[in-house]
Amino acid sequence: MANVGIVIVSHSEKVAEGAADMVRQMVGDAVPLAYTGGNSEGGLGTDVARIMDAIDRAWSEAGVAVLVDLGGAETNTEMAIEMIDETKQQRIVICNAPIVEGAVIAATEASGGSPLDIVKQTAEELSPQ
Amino acid sequence: MDVALKKALIEDCAKVIAEHADELTSLDRAIGDGDHGLNMKRGFESLLPDAGSLASRPLPDMLKAIGTQLVMKVGGASGPLYGTLFLSLAKEISGSPNSENARTAFASAIEAVKARGKSEVGQKTMLDVLAPVLAAWDHRAGIASHLSETARQAAEATIPMKAIRGRASFLGDRSIGHMDPGARSSSLLIATIAKHFGA
Repeated sequence: MANVGIVIVSHSEKVAEGAADMVRQMVGDAVPLAYTGGNSEGGLGTDVARIMDAIDRAWSEAGVAVLVDLGGAETNTEMAIEMIDETKQQRIVICNAPIVEGAVIAATEASGGSPLDIVKQTAEELSPQ
Repeated sequence: MDVALKKALIEDCAKVIAEHADELTSLDRAIGDGDHGLNMKRGFESLLPDAGSLASRPLPDMLKAIGTQLVMKVGGASGPLYGTLFLSLAKEISGSPNSENARTAFASAIEAVKARGKSEVGQKTMLDVLAPVLAAWDHRAGIASHLSETARQAAEATIPMKAIRGRASFLGDRSIGHMDPGARSSSLLIATIAKHFGA
């Protein structure tokens, strides 16, 4: 089975791209990876259509773990997940973790073939309890 | 519901948001990321080219299309929040709602917004306008006459509140003393809609 995919959703395309670069440095092409940042006009923000597209690009039968930065990124990601095909929804999770560290550690866990719940749990161990 | 009325509602909502975009942005700059006016303007103005065809649909279909469009176009947390409000209204409202049906749909929509924002009344958000409006909505006494005033006062009442949700919560006590931009945009929309129903 394919490895879990990782999606990075930031308000800033530069942050999203930079975090994705750090993920690639760690795991190469071992995990499907996509990022998105900015609103539909290229300013700071998040965009539901772009998030849906990023999840699609990083899609894996093993599921997708999404890392987000600030509130609107989370809310827009939740909305995007609800608008995706229902058969896929249960295999998409948002990790409650810092976006950069969370993406790198989630991808590292995913690259070893871990299932989605373990990938999420590993990323979330970074968050203060 | 009458097509001309539905079209006027869409156009007037877009107009009031555009007219107050700078004010909303300036409120958001004080305690948030300063994009609320622009985001709302982009979302609501994106409805205008289709206002005629949107208005020709049955009310629930129209509200669903508006909600989806706001989700896709607004670009901040307010997109999913306002989108959810309209999508939820669409589920409960009838094609020709009486005041009671509209109130019931509005009550469900507020619950949907709470769930979407993981928020409650009293946290300095749009809910602090929506909930008082629902409470003041007495369908037996005739719709809307006092709802725009209720909404205005409720938005003002967010000034002394401390933000618990959203980016304003990062400011802690420094969020006190500013009106919540989402509360203000909600009060503008409610006043605009109420005006068409006998206020």
